[in-house]
Amino acid sequence: MTDITATPQREGGVTALFRHARYVIAENPVTGFAFALFVLIVLAAVIGPDIVPYNPLTSDTAQAMKPPSAHHWFGTDQLGRDVFSRVIVATRLDFFIAVASVALVFLMGGLAGVAAGFFGGWTDRIVGRIADTIMAFPLFVLAMGIVAALGNTVQNIVLATAIVNFPLYARIARAEANVRREAGFVEAARLSGNSDWRILAFQILPNVFPIMVVQMSLTMGYAILNAAGLSFIGLGVRPPTPEWGIMVAEGAAFMVSGEWWNAFFPGLALMVAVFCFNLLGDGLRDMVDPRRRT
Amino acid sequence: MTILLDVADVSKLFPVGGGPGPLARFKRRFSGGPEKLPKVYAVDDVSFTINKGETVGLVGESGCGKSTLVRALTRLVDVSDGSIKLGTRELSLKPSRVFARDRDRARIQMVFQDAGESVNPRFTAFDAIADPLRRLRKMHGKALTERVETVASQCGLPLPFLSRYPHQLSGGQRARVGIARAIAVEPELLVLDEPTAALDVSVQVVILQLLQRLKKEFGMSYLFVSHDLSVVRLLCDRVLVMYLGKIVESGPAAEVFEHPLHPYTQALVAAVPRLHENGAGRLRLTGEPRSPIDPDPNVCRFYGRCPLSAAMCKTTMPKLRRFGPRQVACHFAEEFLLVPKA
Amino acid sequence: MTTAAPALSVEGLSVEFRTRSGIVRALDNVSFAVDKGETIALVGESGSGKSVTAYAAMGILDPAGKVTAGRAMLGGLDLLAAKPSQLADVRGREIAMIFQNPRTALNPIRTVGRQIADVLIRHGNVPRRDAPGHAVDMLRAVGITDPARRAKAYPFEMSGGMCQRVMIAIALAAKPSLLIADEPTTGLDVTTQAVIMDLVNDLAKEMGMATIFITHDLALAGQRSARIVVMHAGHVVENAPTEELFNHPRHPYTAELIAATPDSAASLDELASIPGSLPDLRRTDLPPCRYSERCPRKIDACAQPLPRSTSASGHMVACWNPMPERIAAAPTESAA
Repeated sequence: MTDITATPQREGGVTALFRHARYVIAENPVTGFAFALFVLIVLAAVIGPDIVPYNPLTSDTAQAMKPPSAHHWFGTDQLGRDVFSRVIVATRLDFFIAVASVALVFLMGGLAGVAAGFFGGWTDRIVGRIADTIMAFPLFVLAMGIVAALGNTVQNIVLATAIVNFPLYARIARAEANVRREAGFVEAARLSGNSDWRILAFQILPNVFPIMVVQMSLTMGYAILNAAGLSFIGLGVRPPTPEWGIMVAEGAAFMVSGEWWNAFFPGLALMVAVFCFNLLGDGLRDMVDPRRRT
Repeated sequence: MTILLDVADVSKLFPVGGGPGPLARFKRRFSGGPEKLPKVYAVDDVSFTINKGETVGLVGESGCGKSTLVRALTRLVDVSDGSIKLGTRELSLKPSRVFARDRDRARIQMVFQDAGESVNPRFTAFDAIADPLRRLRKMHGKALTERVETVASQCGLPLPFLSRYPHQLSGGQRARVGIARAIAVEPELLVLDEPTAALDVSVQVVILQLLQRLKKEFGMSYLFVSHDLSVVRLLCDRVLVMYLGKIVESGPAAEVFEHPLHPYTQALVAAVPRLHENGAGRLRLTGEPRSPIDPDPNVCRFYGRCPLSAAMCKTTMPKLRRFGPRQVACHFAEEFLLVPKA
Repeated sequence: MTTAAPALSVEGLSVEFRTRSGIVRALDNVSFAVDKGETIALVGESGSGKSVTAYAAMGILDPAGKVTAGRAMLGGLDLLAAKPSQLADVRGREIAMIFQNPRTALNPIRTVGRQIADVLIRHGNVPRRDAPGHAVDMLRAVGITDPARRAKAYPFEMSGGMCQRVMIAIALAAKPSLLIADEPTTGLDVTTQAVIMDLVNDLAKEMGMATIFITHDLALAGQRSARIVVMHAGHVVENAPTEELFNHPRHPYTAELIAATPDSAASLDELASIPGSLPDLRRTDLPPCRYSERCPRKIDACAQPLPRSTSASGHMVACWNPMPERIAAAPTESAA
């Protein structure tokens, strides 16, 4: 309430966001590192398949199981395919799975959650029961069950991940909507002629989104791990599609005989990606947390 | 003096603790008639009028029901009983859930206490003021921008500030945004819910004088809700005093403060800090208010806390009686009338 | 004015805060004193530094804040230079504080009786066994009915007024010689406010305790204090006995503050707002008088460091061009 903070700032929302982002990164360089890594991953996903040295699907049995060298930076797998190319190309698929899962669960869980928190009553009860039902299962087992029942496709992996994360998002969204339901600006919106649905969509959801964004980046890491896990046990993506999980699965058998590069590099990629998303989530939370502001 | 708002026998009851769940309600249908559920009588049989061009003050302490009453009047909440007539239109008929889309929505608007809370933190000042114009007046484009700028200037908000977010504005500027938003659609009745409570005293002066000016310029009526009696005394023509859901006194503001007739009003006035008076040795209220849950309709709400608390107060609820321009709900009102002004 | 040592003497206190947008010079050379058993009020608008002064004296400043100069003498101990262990001993036993929002200032997961007992055991030299009994006595002393039962209650079960009483009980449990009350009645109903203030005044008189009452409400300050210290933008601008201050304010800001208080006017048009606005305390080019840029009585001399002149009647004003003495600047006494 002091006038000290009310000095003229000629900036709107976006410029202020950038300045705040710069401040957070300056305060914690690790966040900056995570951002840079994230950009790298996105680059690999977008242009990777176009610039890799070898076709990820071409087998060349003469070159099978060669260790890392100048020709094949990550070595070759049991069918002579370049591991490096496969790892890079797999980025696109894994990244797509991550983004798609997160988008889907945000829509499903976010909308259901805010509606439950805002309207209460039966909406709240039904959403709550659905969430409870999902949480009653061990999450990976549930994902397995869904993919096994519906079929081994990428879409089903995305769906399974979204369903499994639904309760978490619904709960976060519901809590936020509940708090803001009584907020002054909701009443003001009603006085200004907004129907309840408009208020949900244009007043509440935009306020809930920043908090969800943090959770979303964490879920991206989880989604990739989930897909990898499913592929590892044969319920995910089918060969020969390059995907980090399958590559680890196929390469695991060769670890014992000393041919470590098959499983190591995809595993490393997995680790780096998940690590990056988690760090990103931390950084985003710092950016979004109002207590860190000013 | 034409009557703008006619409130008659309005009551608002809440089931205690939100009431039984749907399963219990379902069961009850089969177990015989509805048994009595405990209810909070937030607003109990309240009647008053507001004339065109008048500023009516509504005072009372926490738990008196003024917030609930105000939300009922502005149709954010439905009444349990009674009528609310704005001009010739009976407002209580349409449920509050759908009133947002009603054609008369713009006729009653509200200025909130904490403009920081009542403006969406993601909206700029411009968005906040434009919202009712977009929804209720269907304005857009250049016409919308012009109207927003006009209203902002009338409220003393410099135009460059329109692109700012609430957290970038000072308390006084936020208050102006709240006022601009409320008057943008030219309401006939403006309800002000403690609009200056969060402001420094010097800013408060400016805002109060602005409100006074706007009222004259646009011919609005005000319902000014406040706990600060000094401010109510300056701004309001008439004042209503509420206690535990009922109106206990009403009359011209200056008279009510200088010569309060109801014992509660007397205690209220005695408690207000005055610049040139010492605080000690004044009339003080002890104890806690009576429970608002299923109150006995025959017992005065103030009984027990009132210094008079006579036998009659326990058996007969005092009615709001008229004495010239004043109204008092107390059995002993006549005796206070005769007491010469202090 | 007694010649005995004051209960608390703040001398030349300056405090700075490090923020993202610069250094805020929150307090500059603040000095005032409270005599034993006296009740004074520290009055100012938001940004005046009144709460910062109290927090600095108690040693509970925000970590971003730093005391850059000055002393706060409590008896012979300089609170600002004391070791944390000395401070911990003194807090609660000699000097106590109550805060604005009673329910949030209390520990939500401890019964109120226990919270009072904690203070009694730590500072009041009461054996652990007897503490609960004394706690009930304290609750009775602050006017809580059925104290034995209430001692087992949690803060969330009590109303705002009751929580404030509990906070007073905790503060006064070890019978400190000085109480600092930081806006203790903001947010309470005016009738509750009156009762709470009566309580604090009565207990203070009974215990011979000095009180510093921090508020933005000039009328409230006037009703309850013998002396008022007016602060503006981190400076003490005036310090005088209450009636003297209201009837003959000498600093232009004080006069404007009085003229802006609703109670001082008979009609809305008579109320005057204070011209200008608070200076930005992050500026490095702040003038020596932080009110000068908005002051209608500004003269050339105002560019010099602030003087401090005290009259024989104990009326201090920090101004080069104060309002003349003995002019009736206040409105005439109105009926009732």
